[in-house]
Amino acid sequence: MSGGSAGPLLDVDGLTTNYGSISALRAATLQVRPGEVVGLVGPNGAGKTTLVSTLAGLLSPAAGAVRFDGADVTGFSPDTLLRRGLALVPEHRRLFPDLTVNENLKIGGITVPARDRAALIDEMVELFPVLGAKHDVSAGYLSGGEAQQLAIARALMSRPRLLMMDEPSLGLAPVLVDVVFDLIVRLREQGRTLLVVEQNATRMLGVADRAYVLRSGEIVAEGTGQALLADESLFDMFVGKHS
Amino acid sequence: MSGLLQNLVDGLGQGSIYALLALGIAVIFGVMHLLNFAHGELITVGAYVTYFCFTRGISWYWIAPILVITAVLTSLLIEQVAFRWVRGASDSTLLLTSFGVHFVVEALFLMYVSASVKTFARPGWIANTVDLGVARVEVVDIAVISITIVVLLITAGILQRTMFGIALRAAATDFDAARLMGVRSNNVIRGAFALSGALAGIAAIFWLMRAGQATPGAGLTPMLKGVLAALIGGLGSLRGAVIGGLALGVAEVMLQSQLPSGIAGLTDAFVFLLIAMLFIFRPQGIINVGHAERV
Repeated sequence: MSGGSAGPLLDVDGLTTNYGSISALRAATLQVRPGEVVGLVGPNGAGKTTLVSTLAGLLSPAAGAVRFDGADVTGFSPDTLLRRGLALVPEHRRLFPDLTVNENLKIGGITVPARDRAALIDEMVELFPVLGAKHDVSAGYLSGGEAQQLAIARALMSRPRLLMMDEPSLGLAPVLVDVVFDLIVRLREQGRTLLVVEQNATRMLGVADRAYVLRSGEIVAEGTGQALLADESLFDMFVGKHS
Repeated sequence: MSGLLQNLVDGLGQGSIYALLALGIAVIFGVMHLLNFAHGELITVGAYVTYFCFTRGISWYWIAPILVITAVLTSLLIEQVAFRWVRGASDSTLLLTSFGVHFVVEALFLMYVSASVKTFARPGWIANTVDLGVARVEVVDIAVISITIVVLLITAGILQRTMFGIALRAAATDFDAARLMGVRSNNVIRGAFALSGALAGIAAIFWLMRAGQATPGAGLTPMLKGVLAALIGGLGSLRGAVIGGLALGVAEVMLQSQLPSGIAGLTDAFVFLLIAMLFIFRPQGIINVGHAERV
């Protein structure tokens, strides 16, 4: 699964991304090792979405380098990065509402050989039984929780080596937030490598091996979940979110 | 009654051609947000290819497939030369580019081929009619309607069942999300242009059989009808494009036959009046393309 290398799977060095004249992300440096679950936490507008969008190829970096499994992939297009094994569940899920659940899964697996696709869909249905029951329903008719499960399943269809998720719990009812975090734990137990953006910092730090804290476009802290939760200088960030 | 039925078949025959053109325009609009005013050039190029074949004594049975292949290749060439440079640009940039392609192709034929009308023979059976009992209809109308039905079924099959079709529909809804899934922009855009070209090529066969001539501006009228039909149906909606095309054809033929002879020449004006009224009551066209599909 790790490609045999002992180094980090994802190695980001000094990544800077601009929105017009505003730099939404400044000199971000981080690593994700194989099998790790890494959180990206921070307040609204801290640059978390900018960071993962740049890593997924949706935005072009102004400076810095991204290495994936040892190879330079800076500025690659999303479809090429996906073929390398880097998938993103985007913010707001961005399902294809007019396509059925099954078609959404198929498109998620467009890069895998056609003969493997059916087995992968079965695997996803096992992981998310609700998708099997609704396989012929247009994705636009799914509830928030079902839609989030489909978005994650769709991304898993490509058999990614690194799965990035942008705010998977956003807009979900509390009981569904639990479902999402349970899922992160399950994916972690499967040995998958995850990089997860979360506004719900307290919950995220509880399930992550490590996390990075972003604020105003810069990474201001890094450490294990426990260490960050105990850091008093970050306290303000967690109070607002914790209830 | 039989007159009315005859007009209806006539209108559906004409409308089938519009539907094929409108569908091609809608496919490209869906995936690229480009309202392709250069779509008629596929017919202009086809007209000259037909004229060339005619001068070589090639029959319509060969010209038909040649026209489809020519339209696909021309469509891909136009994408490669013009539209790929403006992918993702603003809607007005895309619109101006397509106008530019239209004028450049017309100018090239004027300068390097001929400004005069080149005529070629229509197929011998073009004016034949058959008596269906309830009405006497033109053979060509039956041919174009049945071929259009088959083509639409094949197109629907491609869009519903193939990976390319699913990718095309996904990209039409949310292009960036489709790229995140690994859909290659090049493949899906080129595929859309090829499909659009094939549909235009089939429309060109019947359009040119009736026209019997090639001019540098040959594509203008079919392009306008196709764009109008796509707008009537609700731009971006594939079903709407087909319905819009058929409605436009039927409306034209009905007006032409029902208007008093003194003003029958004003058919187009009345058609536009009807379209203006449609847009007053349904500005989004017949089929309303949802929010998400427009993003």
